[in-house]
Amino acid sequence: METKAFQKIYTKLSQITKATCSLKATNIGYEEMAIVHGRLAQVVKIIGDNVTLQIFSGTEGIPTNAEVIFLGRPPVLKVSEELSGRFFNAYGEPIDGGQEIDGEERQIGGPSVNPVRRKQPSEFIPTGIAGIDLNNALVTGQKIPFFADPDQPYNQVMAMVALRADADKIILGGMGLTNDDYLYYKNVFENAGALDRIISFVNTTENPPVERLLVPDMALTAAEYFAVDKNQKVLVLLTDMTLYADALSIVSNRMDQIPSKDSMPGSLYSDLAKIYEKAVQFPDGGSITIIAVTSLSGGDITHAIPDNTGYITEGQLFLRKDTDIGKVIVDPFRSLSRLKQLVIGKKTRADHPQVMNAAIRLYADAANAKTKLENGFDLTDYDERTLQFAKDYSDKLLAIDVNIEVDSMLSACWDLFNKYFKPAEVGIKQEFVDKYWPKN
Amino acid sequence: MDKTNNMTTGKVAGIIANLVFVEVDGPVHQNEICYINLSGTMLMAEVIKVMGTQAYVQVFESTRGLKINDTVEFTGHMLEVTLGPGILSKNFDGLQNDLDKMEGVFLKRGEHTNPLEDDKLWAFKPIAKPGDIVIAGSWLGEVKENWMPHKIMVPFKLEEKFTVKSIVKEGEYKINDTIAVITDSKGKEINVTMVQKWPVKIPIKAYKEKPRPFKLLETGVRVIDTLNPIAEGGTGFIPGPFGTGKTVLQHSLSKQADADMIIVAACGERANEVVEIFSEFPELDDPRTGRKLMERTTIIANTSNMPVAAREASVYTAMTLAEYYRAMGLKVLMLADSTSRWAQALREMSNRMEELPGQDAFPMDLPAIISNFYSRAGFVYLNNGASGSITFIGTVSPAGGNLKEPVTESTKKAARCFYALSQQRADSKRYPAIDPLDSYSKYAEYPEVEEYFIKNIEPEWPEKIRVARDILIRGREVAEQINILGDDGVPIDYHERFWKAEVIDFIILQQDAFDKIDCSTSLERQRYMLTSVLNIYNTKFTFETFEEVASFFKRIINQMKQMNYSEFKSEKYIKNEKELFTIIDERKIA
Repeated sequence: METKAFQKIYTKLSQITKATCSLKATNIGYEEMAIVHGRLAQVVKIIGDNVTLQIFSGTEGIPTNAEVIFLGRPPVLKVSEELSGRFFNAYGEPIDGGQEIDGEERQIGGPSVNPVRRKQPSEFIPTGIAGIDLNNALVTGQKIPFFADPDQPYNQVMAMVALRADADKIILGGMGLTNDDYLYYKNVFENAGALDRIISFVNTTENPPVERLLVPDMALTAAEYFAVDKNQKVLVLLTDMTLYADALSIVSNRMDQIPSKDSMPGSLYSDLAKIYEKAVQFPDGGSITIIAVTSLSGGDITHAIPDNTGYITEGQLFLRKDTDIGKVIVDPFRSLSRLKQLVIGKKTRADHPQVMNAAIRLYADAANAKTKLENGFDLTDYDERTLQFAKDYSDKLLAIDVNIEVDSMLSACWDLFNKYFKPAEVGIKQEFVDKYWPKN
Repeated sequence: MDKTNNMTTGKVAGIIANLVFVEVDGPVHQNEICYINLSGTMLMAEVIKVMGTQAYVQVFESTRGLKINDTVEFTGHMLEVTLGPGILSKNFDGLQNDLDKMEGVFLKRGEHTNPLEDDKLWAFKPIAKPGDIVIAGSWLGEVKENWMPHKIMVPFKLEEKFTVKSIVKEGEYKINDTIAVITDSKGKEINVTMVQKWPVKIPIKAYKEKPRPFKLLETGVRVIDTLNPIAEGGTGFIPGPFGTGKTVLQHSLSKQADADMIIVAACGERANEVVEIFSEFPELDDPRTGRKLMERTTIIANTSNMPVAAREASVYTAMTLAEYYRAMGLKVLMLADSTSRWAQALREMSNRMEELPGQDAFPMDLPAIISNFYSRAGFVYLNNGASGSITFIGTVSPAGGNLKEPVTESTKKAARCFYALSQQRADSKRYPAIDPLDSYSKYAEYPEVEEYFIKNIEPEWPEKIRVARDILIRGREVAEQINILGDDGVPIDYHERFWKAEVIDFIILQQDAFDKIDCSTSLERQRYMLTSVLNIYNTKFTFETFEEVASFFKRIINQMKQMNYSEFKSEKYIKNEKELFTIIDERKIA
C-alpha cells in the first residue's frame, strides 16, 4: 500500500481487542482506511478524538506502539478493462502473479441505484437446465441464491450456470472458499476457454475471515463498472454468503453489539440487502445478475441467514438428491424464481406457465401417492400413473445433467402428459391442449 | 415549534455508523431535523435522543467520510411532508424527495428534490365564499389532479376559527400563489396557498368523528371479499414466510381495490418490485375509471438498499399523505410492504443507542409504536359531513416464518383483519396462499357490516359465508381422516365431502393473479360463484367407488376453472357453464 510523505504516523494504541484497536487521532473520516502495523484496517467508530479501527486480518501480534497510517479514503478498487481474466484477493490486489491493475479508483460499497432509473428485468437467461429454465426461469437483473447443504454440488452447478449463461462478464466473489474449490473454479473457467471474461475476488479459508467482508463490495464495484460504463451483461457469483454473514457476526460481537436472532447482528437484513440489491437491469442494456450460495446447516431455512436472504432475493433454488433416479435434481417444490413471471410465456412459448404448473401439480400428486404407499395404503390407478410420471419427469427434466432448449423441455412435458394422463387430469387451458397435446 | 431567528448549530462529536453525536450550542427539540455539512454535502438527520449538550441524531444517509467537528445546522422543525396538488402519480423516497427529479443513475448523498412543481399551473375553483367561517381542514377550493378533485384546505396547523376574508376567482394558479386570505378572531390576516407542511409523526385530525367501519372495501380477491372481508377504513395485515406471495397479493390489491387513491409504501423491500409498479401501473387500466392505474397511485419507495433510517420515516410519510387525501373526502387505500423492515430499522437504531433490548433485540416500545401507527387509519366523517377513509394493509415478514415473533404479535393486536399466508398452500401452488380458516376478519362480525351485506349483496350472504366456512372446516377434517385411515378406510361420502370442499378451494379460494380475467372478480360475480358452488354442495350424487368421486369432481373443477378464465356471462362462460351442468347431471340423484 502506498504512503504519502505528508501523512501523519501515529504510534500509540490505547486499546486492542481481537478485531479492533483504538487510538487518539484527529481529522479522520468515517469509514476511512488505515494501515496498522502493515495490516489494512477501517474506521468503524469515532468518539471525540478516540478512533476505533477494525483490522481485517485480526490483531494477533500487534504491539501498542504499532505504526498507524491513515490513508484518507474509504476502500477502493481500481477499475479498467484490465480486470478481465484476473484473480484478486479481498483488497483487490492481484494474486495470480500478474501485475497491478492500472485504472480509475472507485470507492467500493457505493450508493444505490435510484429505483426510477432501473428497468424492469425482462431478459430470459437460458441455462439449459430444465429444473431452472422450465420451472424457475432466471432473468437478467435478478438475484437468486442456491440454498444448499454443504454436501451438495452447488459450486459445480453454479459454475455450469455461469458458463452456459450468455454473459459478457462473470465475476466470482469467493468467501471462505476452500482452496480446492477455488482451484476447481479456476480450472473450469480455464478449460472452458472463458478466462478472458472472468474476474475473481477470492478469500479462501486460508485467509482471515473478516477480510471476506470486502469481497462482495469488490466484486460488485467491478460489476458496476462493466454494467454502467460498458453496458455489459454481468453475472456475479457469490459463494458462500453464509460465511460472509458469519464474518459480520464476528465483527458485531467484537464491537459489543447486542445480537438478535441466531446471534446474528440486528442489521443483518440491511447488510445483506445492500449487497443483493446491486442486482439491476439498466435501461441501456447493462445488467448485474447475482447468483449466490447460502449454505444451510441441516436444511434449516428458518435460521436467520437463509431467512433474511429469502426475504431479499428474488427466489431461491434448492438442490436435492432424488434416490429414485440416483441423480441430483432442482427441487421443484421449494425452488422459486420470483421473476420468472416476467419471461415465461412471453419470451418463451405461451404454454410455458401452464405446462410448468401442471407438471408440478402432478409431481405433487406423486409425492402424496408416495406417502400413501409408505403408509401401507393401496394406490389408485391415478396414483400409480403419477408415480411413473414423476420418475420420468425427474429423470428427463429435473436432473441437473439435462441440457436442452426450452421448447424441447415443453415438448418433453407434453409427451409425458400424453403418456400417463388424460387432458382433464392435467387441467390446462383448452386452447393449449388443442394445440400441443400430442396426436397419436 | 416555530422557527426562531437564532437557529441552533452544533459540531459532530462522535460517529457510529449512522448514529452521530452532535455537541450543540442552543436548544434542540426531540425529533428535530438537522443537516450535517460533510464538505458541502448536506446530510439530513433527525434528533432521537438528547444527553446534556449532546444531541444523538440518526442520519438518513451514509456517513462515510464524516469527521469530528463537521458543522451541523438545526432547522427548528420535525420531519415534515409538503402537501399540495401534484402528489399523485409521483415516486417519492421515504423523505418525500421526488425520485424522478434526481440526476444520474445512482442516488447521491445530500440531494434533496422538491416534491411538488412550483411552476405548474392548476385550474382552481373556489368552494368557500368571503364571510364563511372555516377551521383547519375546511375546503376552500379545489383543483383537478389527474381528474381527481383535489381540495385546497385551511392549513391543518391553524388551531382556531377563521373567517374567509377573500378568495381568488376561478382560474389558473401556482401552488405558492395566495388563493385565499383568512382572518383570526383578532383580525390577523393569514394568506393561504395551495401548499402546506405537516410533521409526519403527528396524525392529521381534521375530522369530526371516526365511527366503526361499516362498508365493504371491494378488493376483487375472492378469498378476502367473500370469506374474510375488509371494511373501508379498516386495518389488516398479511404475515407470511418468504415465497408465499405477500407481494403478489399486495400488488393485486393495489391494482384492483375499489379506492380513489392508492398509496404504496415500499418499505425496505426489493427494488425490482417497485420497478414493477413503476413500469406496469402507467400501462394498466383502472377497471373502475378506465384511466391508467398510475393516475391514482403514489409510491413511497424506500427499498432495502436505501438508507435504513429513512425506512422508518417512509411509512409515516406515506400515512401522512393518506391522511391529507382522506381530509378531502376520498377513499384511500394504503399498503405497506413490509412493516417488519420498519421494525428492523427501529431495532438497528435502538441497538446503536445501546438501549436495553426487548424480545429478539427489538425496542421495548415496539407494540405501542405499531398500534399507534395502525390507529391512524380509519373511516371518518369530516366537519362538513362528507366522509373519507384510509384502509391500511401492511405485510409482515416473520423471521423464520414463525408467527410468534414480536412484530407479528404486536401487529395482531393492532390490526382487525388477519390474512395468514400458509407455506403449505404456497408449496402446493394454491395461490393466493391465504389460509381461509386461520385468517379472520373481525369486521365480518360487526352487525353494521352484516347489515351492509344484506342490503348490498343479498339477504342470504352472511349465512352463505358461514356455510362455506363450515364446508371448508369439514373438508379439512375429512382430509386428515383419509390421510390416517387410507382411501378405502373411510366411507365413500367422506370422499364426497372432501371433494366438495376442494371445489370451494379450487374455484373460490384459488385465483390466478396473472390471468387477465381471473385476477379480479366483481362482487356480483363472487355472489354468483359462491351460489353455484353451494348448489353443487347441496346436490346429491351417486358413486360406486371413491375413485369415481375424485375423477368426477376433478372434471367439475376443471370445467369451473375454464369458467373462471372466461369473461363473466360471456358466450364462452355460458357454454362452459352448460357443460358443467351436463357433468353434474351425470351423477345427480333427481
